[in-house]
Amino acid sequence: MSLLQLFKISSGALIANKSRSALTILGIVIGISSIIMVMSIGKGAEGLILGQIQGIGSKTISVEPGREPKGPADFAEMFVDSLGDRELDALMKKSNVRGASSFTPFVIQPMTVSYGSETKRGSVIGTAPDIFRIFDLSPDEGTVFSEDDVKSLSSVVVLGANIKEDLFGLSDAVGEKVKIKNRTFRVMGVMGKKGQVSFLNMDDMIIMPYTTAQSYLMGIDYFHNIIVEAESEDLIDETVSDIEATLRELHDITDPEKDDFHVNTQADAAEIVGSITGVLTALLVAVAAISLLVGGIGIMNIMLVSVTERTREIGLRKALGATSEDILTQFLLEAVILTGAGGVIGIGFGSLLSFLAAIVLSQFVASGWVFVFPLSAALVGLFISAAIGLGFGIYPAKEAASKDPIEALRYE
Amino acid sequence: MALIEVKNISKVYGMDGSETVALRDVSFDIEEGEFVAIMGPSGSGKSTLLHILGFLDHPTGGTYRFDGRTIDEYSDNESALVRNKKIGFVFQSFHLLPRTSVLDNVKLPLLYSGIKESYWDDMARKAIESVGLLHRADHEPSELSGGEKQRVAIARALVNSPKLIFADEPTGNLDSKSGKTIMEIIQKLNEEEGKTVILITHETDTAEHAERIIKIIDGEVDRDFKVNGRKRAATDFSK
Repeated sequence: MSLLQLFKISSGALIANKSRSALTILGIVIGISSIIMVMSIGKGAEGLILGQIQGIGSKTISVEPGREPKGPADFAEMFVDSLGDRELDALMKKSNVRGASSFTPFVIQPMTVSYGSETKRGSVIGTAPDIFRIFDLSPDEGTVFSEDDVKSLSSVVVLGANIKEDLFGLSDAVGEKVKIKNRTFRVMGVMGKKGQVSFLNMDDMIIMPYTTAQSYLMGIDYFHNIIVEAESEDLIDETVSDIEATLRELHDITDPEKDDFHVNTQADAAEIVGSITGVLTALLVAVAAISLLVGGIGIMNIMLVSVTERTREIGLRKALGATSEDILTQFLLEAVILTGAGGVIGIGFGSLLSFLAAIVLSQFVASGWVFVFPLSAALVGLFISAAIGLGFGIYPAKEAASKDPIEALRYE
Repeated sequence: MALIEVKNISKVYGMDGSETVALRDVSFDIEEGEFVAIMGPSGSGKSTLLHILGFLDHPTGGTYRFDGRTIDEYSDNESALVRNKKIGFVFQSFHLLPRTSVLDNVKLPLLYSGIKESYWDDMARKAIESVGLLHRADHEPSELSGGEKQRVAIARALVNSPKLIFADEPTGNLDSKSGKTIMEIIQKLNEEEGKTVILITHETDTAEHAERIIKIIDGEVDRDFKVNGRKRAATDFSK
């Protein structure tokens, strides 16, 4: 007897009991669809975060003050003033850091900007002109400031798209004067809509020379961050160790544990994100796996009931010439078809839900959210559901195959 | 050589003190083409005998030869093949699969026959036609009367063209009119198609449709005799 014929018998029996079959596979459907959803949303989140990180280029290295934060207690490290002009000058010496092509200081602080009677809350970024290239920002109107503006502490700003829109509406902003902390700044340029870069919403930013921001607005002489660009990706590791050596020498640090700065590469950031989402995904998948286990036990239960209920059918089939293997295969196949169908429905249902979730998330939470179909999870899910059918179906199938045809035929 | 040779077979259930003897020292031969009724009251062991003759059970003593080989010479899979190809069963309670069309019910033995699927439809339809139910082929058992159900069961028993038909109280669950039709069909199978028929019944009236009656009482053959004035289902069946 061919497998195809057995498949027809088994699926026929399941179709004859439609509602029971549907209820039986519900557990599997829920289990598989939650795995698909977890994987899809997890991948979507990872893609979103990685997209932000990669938005500032893979050759960039970030030097930040304070030692690497390892927990909440290190929060204060973010405000350490260990990176200033002295450190910048030392790093910029070609003999100290050989593989770097640019150094961009970076300070940031939330502030309110006003134009006439309109005010708007945003963040002031003080930096160097290289930032526009690194963040891939270009002005829609006007221009961006130059190195000369940095040197001369020019009171000029480039506005993010939202700031411009809220303060000026549709009218022209370039050449107008805006006020921040009672100081007047001339608008040099307005950026196009950009959205998030490196977790900062560029549309809410006011960008100006770092010297101006440090002296006139923030009253500090250090940087929150120095963005270093390596000449090529191959030179990243070398550049990182050059930076560390230079700063340690400058600060007389011998023990790397006592560093008053830390260096992050894009690869580090991607790795951290990957490991966090990996752990989260693993946890959620474990929960989904429990629901699959419960679903499998449900299948076994129903199959056992079904075997008892169909005792007469089994006896009849044996009397008409079915061998024990025929019966075993039939019931095993029924279980596998049930769970396989549950898997397929679960994959479809989970994909649909994650697709809808992606639409909602991209509308209301993060515009860069994209639906990801987790192909590997779908294949694994299909495999797992079939395996559950085999694993939990074998016992009921053996029960069925071992029935004595006489007892079975007598059973009313 | 007889189709069925039964020599001193016995069947004992249970063990160690609480033994129940279902059959004791039963012997008879049945030739190919014979119509034999095995008759006895309930509990006489006639069902046990049917199960042994039909390869559903093994005797605990004696030898049962079918087609020249003893039952012990048949492997489990060969026994299944005998049940499939050489024997057709008709049961008192029909044993049709619910929610399954008449056509598919009749096809059931073909699933296990190794016959190519493309022949199944024709074979099943021919069998259904022979019991006069072709117009009901797509109906489900729940839509049929008891007599019709038993005719479907007979079609199922015939579909693989077996040489031997076992009918276990085939009229037991039927009214007398339907019972008559069933006995008519069974007699025709024996006389016109040369099928060997073994009929199990507790009713003398029904048993007298056969050419020969083997009467079983308390697990032993009480009488084995030719029927004088055999009943014709077409004229004088009564229940």
